[in-house]
Amino acid sequence: MRRAALGALLSHWRRHPLQLMTLITGLALATGLWSAVQAINGEARAGYAQAAAQLGGTGFDVLLPSDGHISVSRYVMLRREGWLLAPVLEGRWHLQQGSVKLIGVDLLSHPELPAMPTSAVPPLDTLTSPGRIFLHPNTMDQLVEQPNLPPITLTENLPTGVVLSDISLAEQLLQQQGKISRLIILPDQPMGLKPLKVLAPELHRHSSDSPQAARLTDSFHLNLTAFGLLSFAVGLFIVHGSVGLGIEQRRGLFRTLRAMGVSLRLLTTLLLCELMLIALLAGSIGLVLGYLVAAALLPDVSATLIGLYGATVEGSLSLRASWLLSGVGMALFGTLVASAQAISNIYNMPLLVAPGVQARAGVARSSQLKMATIGCGLMVSGVAAVLLFDGLIAGFTLLAGIMLGAALILPLLLSGLLKIGSYTARSALAEWIWADMRAQLPGISLALMALLLALATNIGVGTMVSSFRLTFLGWMDQRLSAEIYVTAQSDQQAADLTKWLTKRGVTTLPIRWSEVPHQGSPLRIYGVVDHATYRDKWPVLQALPNAWDHVAAGSAAMINEQLARRQNLWPGDVLTLKPDWQMTVAGVYSDYGNPHEQVIVSLPVLLERMDNIPNRQFGLRLDPEDVPELMNNIRETFVSPSISVIDQAGIKARSLAVFDRTFVVTGALNLLTLGVAGFAILTSLLTLWNMRLPQLAPIWALGITRRKLAWLELLRSLALATLTTLLALPLGLILAWALLSIINVEAFGWKLPMYVFPMDWLRLLLLALLAAAVAAAIPARKLARIKPAELLKVFAHER
Amino acid sequence: MSVRSIVATVIICLPCFASAQGFAGLGSQADGFAIPEKGYGLNFPADHGPHPNFRIEWWYLTANLKDDDGHDYGVQWTLFRSAISPGEDTGWSSPQLWMGHAGLTTPKHQFYAERLARGGIGQAGVTAEPFAAWIDNWEMLGTDPTLNQLSLTASGSDFAYDLSMQAQGPLVLHGDAGYSVKSSGGQASYYYSQPRYDISGTLTLPDGAVIVNGQGWLDREWSSQPLADDQSGWDWFSLSFDSGEKLMGFILRGDSGDYSSGTWIAADGSSKPLLPGAFQAQPLTYSEVEGRTIPVQWQIKLPEHGVSATIQAINDQSWMGTSFPYWEGPVTISGSHTGHGYLEMTGYD
Repeated sequence: MRRAALGALLSHWRRHPLQLMTLITGLALATGLWSAVQAINGEARAGYAQAAAQLGGTGFDVLLPSDGHISVSRYVMLRREGWLLAPVLEGRWHLQQGSVKLIGVDLLSHPELPAMPTSAVPPLDTLTSPGRIFLHPNTMDQLVEQPNLPPITLTENLPTGVVLSDISLAEQLLQQQGKISRLIILPDQPMGLKPLKVLAPELHRHSSDSPQAARLTDSFHLNLTAFGLLSFAVGLFIVHGSVGLGIEQRRGLFRTLRAMGVSLRLLTTLLLCELMLIALLAGSIGLVLGYLVAAALLPDVSATLIGLYGATVEGSLSLRASWLLSGVGMALFGTLVASAQAISNIYNMPLLVAPGVQARAGVARSSQLKMATIGCGLMVSGVAAVLLFDGLIAGFTLLAGIMLGAALILPLLLSGLLKIGSYTARSALAEWIWADMRAQLPGISLALMALLLALATNIGVGTMVSSFRLTFLGWMDQRLSAEIYVTAQSDQQAADLTKWLTKRGVTTLPIRWSEVPHQGSPLRIYGVVDHATYRDKWPVLQALPNAWDHVAAGSAAMINEQLARRQNLWPGDVLTLKPDWQMTVAGVYSDYGNPHEQVIVSLPVLLERMDNIPNRQFGLRLDPEDVPELMNNIRETFVSPSISVIDQAGIKARSLAVFDRTFVVTGALNLLTLGVAGFAILTSLLTLWNMRLPQLAPIWALGITRRKLAWLELLRSLALATLTTLLALPLGLILAWALLSIINVEAFGWKLPMYVFPMDWLRLLLLALLAAAVAAAIPARKLARIKPAELLKVFAHER
Repeated sequence: MSVRSIVATVIICLPCFASAQGFAGLGSQADGFAIPEKGYGLNFPADHGPHPNFRIEWWYLTANLKDDDGHDYGVQWTLFRSAISPGEDTGWSSPQLWMGHAGLTTPKHQFYAERLARGGIGQAGVTAEPFAAWIDNWEMLGTDPTLNQLSLTASGSDFAYDLSMQAQGPLVLHGDAGYSVKSSGGQASYYYSQPRYDISGTLTLPDGAVIVNGQGWLDREWSSQPLADDQSGWDWFSLSFDSGEKLMGFILRGDSGDYSSGTWIAADGSSKPLLPGAFQAQPLTYSEVEGRTIPVQWQIKLPEHGVSATIQAINDQSWMGTSFPYWEGPVTISGSHTGHGYLEMTGYD
């Protein structure tokens, strides 16, 4: 009996392969996008964790000085009090070619260091003069021409651009004798210690539950996760539609089965089994899809992470249990959620009485009200979250509240609009069309909600990216104001070059910087000469009057927006760079594409305060017409490739390429989500189609041709899509505003002006109409070709 | 294996306790380290301090203690110095590495901890005047340039001790006035002891503090010559008999035969080196300790002094699970002589 009943249930899918395909595709798409995002996030997180683990010290708290360094004598004093600590000295090691991050650790106290392979090198070798440095083979290029290098061991376990050594060697290379950047607090401290707060009140304890790169990139991953969830939600609308259709079409079958003695419990169980089988199948396909999407996107993600945050993530994808399980789990769970309503309908279905189609409208009206109320509540709590709390999570709560809330309000809003529309009806047919659209709403509203979300996301994210790009272009024009940028190999070469250029009347603007430890991370300080380039062109957001005069006088500094926002420092405030070095903030400038904090002071002040500042980079100011000639002259006079010369256009093109690559992933996910939404409309219309026959048959009987009915069908679908798009527009703009003014500030530390792009909206409207038209085309075509006998049957049988 | 444990192994292993046999002397000279020379008169208090031109050195205290209820405890405090190259340098560049081991043994439990430090920055070191030896907050401090009056502290995550020690006799110079020959190959170390301390103080255990009293033995040794390739480990005994006599004896286990030696210390403090092979020790029973089979009961013989006694570990599981693991714990003596002492065993796999 059970077998026969299951066979009867499953036979439906054999007769409706398209429907089965829709269901599986919807679920597979949803699972696929979700697991793709999970896979990318998992890969990136594993990358950060691995990078941090290679350097040891993950999961331990650290002691940081508020400014400057910790002295070795302070470290020894704390050790002599019994505290088990491991010192780390970190700094920028200036090389002939650029610079690298040098990390010096005390091998005797540092936690496990997988990055230092002991199998290849005798460990005492690392401790004794001349010491030994460890680095990734890619970092080696920068060191090739460096004289007097200590012995080198290459290891794949370190990120590119990072050099590891014993602290004795590091303090020599960095010329920071007797200094320590941070102290790692080791586990298993001895009993009876005095508290650190008493022993060293000037040091701050920071918990390091996540590596720094992970914290910085959190926003990026949260973004991706939001996209993944959105895709999944949209995918569930499809499942809801397909399952609803599958059940709607089998009502007759269910009645027959029940009449033959299949208990309600068994029927429901069998239906659930059937759905779970389909969910497993679709989930598996989704995982394959997810893997492919993730693998395709990962190189761009990794480029983004390197470009924006300097976090290295491998470009290759590995299978991880976490996202595999979460994918299958979401598929099963999602199917259950999406089909709960349909199954419960069956469970409550009277055995022999046909469901009253008209009654649905009444139920729908009250549920629309309920949904709209919940929607308003969600929107209010989203706004409240951002008013009450700071941070990225509050920002995303606002987004989620507004988006979901708007989606829930949509059916009531559409219904109201249609009602207003119906007043314009002048003929009986027109009146029927308006009324019929309203009657259709409950069935299609979920799909329209999906469309609304997808469109609003598209408008919001699109506006954000385009605004960002426009701002970035303008900013580059200001910031990259020198005609040529030159990087010399050595200070000597740089000096020769300066002399040579001065003879030719070319202005050289040195680009010199140094780093000071500031609240646990390096703060880069640039020294600039007093020149009109800065006064006229620098992208200043806020400044004191005559700000550059103060900078030139040596009493004030310009800071970037990131530093200003994170530390709440604005013009007139005092910035402490070192315990004995304070500057007034003269102005705040925008600094896009850089996650780190930055300061500009006058060059003489920087040279006085800091030692060993290389002098190898310059911006050159000259008549733009002379640029090609001068570049050639420099290359001929100073043997290339030992000197690198790039003109303004070249450096801008490079920056823009990095920028565009950053948003490839966003664009791809955006498009995929819209595709899924289009698919949701299709399945909803297919579901409605079957239920609507009883409503269409009387109209046909009154003399409206099937062909005309089909056209009306298409028109209705387009009208609903248009309405939804129009409603999506303000929602998308709110989303864009939140992204630019809240999320960006939290994630990157900069606020961007918003620009609107109406042509993009038009394009999107056309895309939505296309999706609606394609989705309506199949039912419309069916309608146009339906046998009159089928329509007659409506009157013959009571369904 | 981490860098740390390799370094620790190098510290303790290279220049092991009784560096004997093989060609090790040749290698040491090439490295520029000083070699012990016969006829050098030990010079105090300077020689209580470190000898950075020698490769290896230690300040090694063991104590047999009892609480008021008669329960036995053992305490170990060791500071090892190992030089990567001879001489001293300031700051992190110092070639001197330091390692501390602290152990506390009860009949039921063994507690231990380890500390590593570099010379040059002040985190660990030894000064002769006044005498002070320290690593982190572990200290062996004198009140004057002698070793007569010392205070001793150490702590780990689950134990601590704070003891004061009063010497009850003269220093004992092993071998030929402190020049202790370790093999027929001629390798030697400088080696002296203060085998007679009265000790009192407090042990802190997970269950609370315990007041204890007892006796202690301090060993001082430095050399430059490592173990021979064929040697797998050693068994070292420091025994205090109730008669007031004391015996230090060791056996180096090697593929080409064992090598044993030691010192007999009379009740008046006078001492006499033992001839190689005079001291004999045979394992009687074994115990499973951390997956290894280790002898925890021994039969020792020293016929020239009529010694034939059984040595029994107070706690079979006196395991020091440090970077370089070994067995070290208090023992009781029965047989021709009775008393207590300390046993150290290495190289049991």
